Amino acid sequence: MLVVEKNALTEEIEGLVEKLGNDRSALLKILHEIQKKHRHIPDFAQQEIARLLDIHPVEVYSVISFYAFLNTEPKGRNLVRVCQTITCDMLGKKALCDAITREIGCNFGESTKDHKFHLEYANCLGLCDEGPAMAVNEKVYTKLTPEKAVAILNDIK
Amino acid sequence: MENKREERKGAVLFTPYNRGQSIKKAVSMKRDDILFEIKESKLRGRGGAGFPTSTKWMLTAAATSPEKYIVCNADEGEPGTFKDRVLLFEYPDLVFDGMVIAGYVIGAGKGIVYLRGEYEYLLPSLEDYLEEMRKDNLLGENIAGKDGFNYDIEIRLGNGAYVCGEETALIESLEGHRGEARNRPPFPVTTGFMGKPTVVNNVETLACVTKIVENGGAWFKENGTSKSTGSKLMSISGDCEKPGVYEMPWGTTINELLDMVGAKNVKAVQVGGASGVCLNKSQFDRQLAYEDAGTGGSIMIFNESRDMLHVLKNFMEFFEEESCGQCTPCRIGNTKLLEGVNMIENGDFTFSYINKLKDLGQTMQVASKCGLGQSSPNSFISILENFKDEILNKGNGGTNG
Repeated sequence: MLVVEKNALTEEIEGLVEKLGNDRSALLKILHEIQKKHRHIPDFAQQEIARLLDIHPVEVYSVISFYAFLNTEPKGRNLVRVCQTITCDMLGKKALCDAITREIGCNFGESTKDHKFHLEYANCLGLCDEGPAMAVNEKVYTKLTPEKAVAILNDIK
Repeated sequence: MENKREERKGAVLFTPYNRGQSIKKAVSMKRDDILFEIKESKLRGRGGAGFPTSTKWMLTAAATSPEKYIVCNADEGEPGTFKDRVLLFEYPDLVFDGMVIAGYVIGAGKGIVYLRGEYEYLLPSLEDYLEEMRKDNLLGENIAGKDGFNYDIEIRLGNGAYVCGEETALIESLEGHRGEARNRPPFPVTTGFMGKPTVVNNVETLACVTKIVENGGAWFKENGTSKSTGSKLMSISGDCEKPGVYEMPWGTTINELLDMVGAKNVKAVQVGGASGVCLNKSQFDRQLAYEDAGTGGSIMIFNESRDMLHVLKNFMEFFEEESCGQCTPCRIGNTKLLEGVNMIENGDFTFSYINKLKDLGQTMQVASKCGLGQSSPNSFISILENFKDEILNKGNGGTNG
């Protein structure tokens, strides 16, 4: 990480701490914002958050490692999560996943080489009446067919 | 998603309501009178555990502390449950008014909605809604003209951990820690968020409170059975013509429910989500009620073409992944149960080992620290018991309900 990048990240985190507070209960809100913007939480960010919240960096790491939506390693820019719960499974999750894998050329749990997509399974997205369901970043798509799902992904720049 | 509020029909929650109506009524009443109405209604927690709401509120109201909190548990992670999504999307007035009433009764200054990360797309509309409430003086200072009643609501997002639906894990998460359940006692009613008395209620419970304040406890009791009063929102999914959220009185039988949603050739019904029990045909006359087949609202329907072992495997994979790993019975137990399912799938099992795993399941129900491990063996035990001929006897025996 370049010094300028580090400085920019520090500045960003200082801004977040000022806005969201420097007590422990603000930790997840801060992590959420960093995750949303950078798609992961770099080591340096963890250290800076720990410094500003006056906790040990390992505390920050332990929280990140607990939650499915937070990760320390970079992932593809667009996070694709297909619901794997039984109701979506019965409505054709497998065909959906196979089509996506073929089309964008990477397996679930991996990112594409150009870092455009990261594929993941999700546990119940709460859309069981409108399955199969898929979330791309913060948006959800329902009643998908393999064709529709692929078209949605192809529309993303 | 479309807003179907106009089309929905029900006896209690899906009835017309104007924002702020119950708040205005509540602030003109004495706190004890509201508690009495809720006690009279016999309202029980709608998340699934069914703890009497009035008891929880009385304990928190009686606790002496300058700060108290109301937490709305919108971490709806149970597979097959989506009623809270519908309530928050179409009926935010019922939920938020319920939170304000709770704040008034208990003497809390702040309410927190713990919204699961998967529902982040609901956040902008909910924030706008809260802003409107502030403009209408339904949040903020001296609410609805009541001197000294100051209260506000904040929405916090979860980060994709199923276990955070457990109330103490949820509080840990709000405090910025790993979502690991706490030892109880002390209970959140005395030592909750930030160590202060805290009420944690399900989204639907709070919506019920709004209706009870509007119409009274006796009115609420008109529906349901003597032990399960009122109505329940059921999230119905799986093999049926009309999946969706329905309001039905407690005491409805599974057969009635299946008729209503147009389900045919049904082999199995999973009541209560992955942590609930799976019933076969011979049990379809059972009632949905706390005293019979209790549920947080998840009903999954499986027809004759479904492979129940595949269903069980899906559930056990879910629990193995979502166990927080804090206590041994849950961490190791779920792994062992999943291994057992894989053994059956590969035809590589002995009956004595499967029986041992059922015993292990019972141990988990007793020894796990929180509800996750206590309820995860339910589907393992009930599916292997109710569908043993299909799964273990390869279709012989013929007693699949």
